[in-house]
Amino acid sequence: MGNWIINHGLSAFIVVVWMAINIALFVHFYLFYDQGERFEYTRELLGSALAWARAPAAVLNFNCMLILLPVCRNLLSLLRGSFVCCGRTVRKQLDKNLTFHKLVAYMIALMTAVHTIAHLFNAERYSNSLEGEDGDLAFELSLLQDSSELNTTYLNPFPSNSTTPMIFVFTSIAGLTGVVITLALILMITSSMEVIRRSYFEVFWYTHHLFIVFFAGLVFHGAGRVVRGQVTTDPPHNNSFCEDQPDNWGKIPECPIPQFAGGSPQTWMYVIGPMIIYICERLLRFIRYMQPVTYRKIVIRPSKVLELQLVKPGFSMDVGQYVFLNCPAISQLEWHPFTLTSAPEEDFFSVHIRSVGDWTEKLLKMVENLPEGGQGPKMGVDGPFGTASEDVFHYEVSMLVGAGIGVTPFASILKSIWYKFKDSDPKLRTKRIYFYWLCRETHAFEWFADLLQVLEREMEERGMRDFLTYKLYLTGWDQSHADHAMVHFDKDTDIITGLKQKTHYGRPNWDKEFEQVRQENPSSVVGTFLCGPQALAKDLEKKCVKYSDVDPRRTKFYFNKENF
Amino acid sequence: MAKIEWAMWANEQALAAGLIYLTGGIVGVAGQFRGWQFAAFGIAAGVFVCLLEYPRSKRGKGTSIERSGQYCFTVCVKSFGPLTRNYYVRAFLHAALCVPGGFMLATVLGCVCLGMASLIYLSAAIHGEHWEPILHIETKKRLGESIKEPPQNPPPRPPPELRRKKADNLDAAAYDNPMSVTINE
Repeated sequence: MGNWIINHGLSAFIVVVWMAINIALFVHFYLFYDQGERFEYTRELLGSALAWARAPAAVLNFNCMLILLPVCRNLLSLLRGSFVCCGRTVRKQLDKNLTFHKLVAYMIALMTAVHTIAHLFNAERYSNSLEGEDGDLAFELSLLQDSSELNTTYLNPFPSNSTTPMIFVFTSIAGLTGVVITLALILMITSSMEVIRRSYFEVFWYTHHLFIVFFAGLVFHGAGRVVRGQVTTDPPHNNSFCEDQPDNWGKIPECPIPQFAGGSPQTWMYVIGPMIIYICERLLRFIRYMQPVTYRKIVIRPSKVLELQLVKPGFSMDVGQYVFLNCPAISQLEWHPFTLTSAPEEDFFSVHIRSVGDWTEKLLKMVENLPEGGQGPKMGVDGPFGTASEDVFHYEVSMLVGAGIGVTPFASILKSIWYKFKDSDPKLRTKRIYFYWLCRETHAFEWFADLLQVLEREMEERGMRDFLTYKLYLTGWDQSHADHAMVHFDKDTDIITGLKQKTHYGRPNWDKEFEQVRQENPSSVVGTFLCGPQALAKDLEKKCVKYSDVDPRRTKFYFNKENF
Repeated sequence: MAKIEWAMWANEQALAAGLIYLTGGIVGVAGQFRGWQFAAFGIAAGVFVCLLEYPRSKRGKGTSIERSGQYCFTVCVKSFGPLTRNYYVRAFLHAALCVPGGFMLATVLGCVCLGMASLIYLSAAIHGEHWEPILHIETKKRLGESIKEPPQNPPPRPPPELRRKKADNLDAAAYDNPMSVTINE
């Protein structure tokens, strides 16, 4: 009955591959530093703490390379467009970019902890060996200094026995940058908790720009070349023979004075590519910000919904995409995502903005105070960016679920359907669309009912009554609504929306809905698209798994969630 | 989006700092680093900060979200009254606790993190915030179970001509009563 693999198989595979790479890097570098001959004398000073510091460093390099890529939206949109030939399942992974970003962040936090603790031991042991507490060999090795006349190179980076670990850390490049990037990381993580991000997004947004400090520190972290390894001398230094007689170093041919050198920094090689890509992203945003945007129309809808119809030269969109808006009169730095409610066939693009926070509230006030026929405030537009709803027309059957203002991407889709019908588009692959809209108050239905009425008429004219099935659910109903509905029971059209489909009261019973879709579309591939809250997403995801059949000839449900 | 309550971020930062302080302390003591006495203090301070910060405060506006199992900690913190309610007290307490951590490398990271938490708490105090316990969850009235069966139409009414005739129009009645019901002869 349930088919978990259909919705989660590729995600699990990607996570397993990523984890395998992490483990392989850790083990490889641990063994390299724990058993390599080059670091035998270094291990004499540090023990296994050397390997425990270097192994997570390699994992950190890998993950710091990955961490920026999931938040490069233009890159993801480009990949989305390029993967049209690939399956829908591959493109669906791009919509889980933020989940992957969080996963990589957790790995970075964990490896930072291991790396830091190991280096605490390293610093302590460097200091102890200079005090002679770790044995004669360690003491002799620690006494080596950079000296051309004695022909020696240092192994212990502590210059003298009066250097404490604290002094060393805060006077060396590696130590100082290490502390700085760890603090930046901790501040970014604490301000990214669910509570903070959901309720005080500004704190999260501004604090997250500490990533600039983080990556700057990361690039310079290895510049001090503190990790020392042995280099080959001529004749070679026989470690196993010579380690018991440091007094004879430089005096007998088997034991020339050992020479050490630091490894070249490599972290910048991992992160420079993603950093360049991200800088291009921000540059692109700035360029788009500078491009002029004009207002075609401004409509203030009920339920504090504001419709902006904008025109921008060179702007082209697909269904279900979203843009970021920036209003410098409100805030120079804040960009907010909004799904596009216009169809690609139109010569403008529109967004519906509901007043839910500081930014949107100020925007609504600003627009309300405009003189008649006045131009709106200056607006910067970044995008458009692709997300899950782009794939609506790639499924035979699509279920669209919008909750509250989450209906906006589906406005774009439904408008596009209307245009496709008007033009009799032969490329339209979708055979059937089910649309569900869950809303708490009746006012919200007003601004959307027009579109549905037009679509309803068009369907009837073309005799495609079965193409679009839509159900509206009013979840915040009370007794007066029920009484009103009972009195007008006999009317052909709904009392709230004026549509032929009657409004449902309460929440939909998803089991019945999925069963109905499955019976009406046997052996079809159904895409379920949601723009709404997380709780509903979890519920629908479970239903998709539950009602997908293992039999390849039966109906399969694929879950997609709108994701900014 | 509401006005920023800095205490919520300070709470997260202080909890993280407490864990880092505790970890640094454990490392310092286990490794018997020089100055391990400061690390021992770090363990005690870290545990104390974690216990103090674990119960999250009630939010001024919006839904308060509890950490799992925080109720008993909430009661303990609440019992100290104004000392724990006032964020100035918390800011200075954290500032005082983080100072010994600055003398040893293992605890210096916890020291700086706790110092930052102290600054954020100071910002919260300046903005007039204070700690309120989340005591009882007001259970919302649960909506009834969704209707499983759609409402049915009432059974159709019979056409008017089949309905019962009135007694005063007996001539039109289709039914002929064999027994007289009007006059008792």
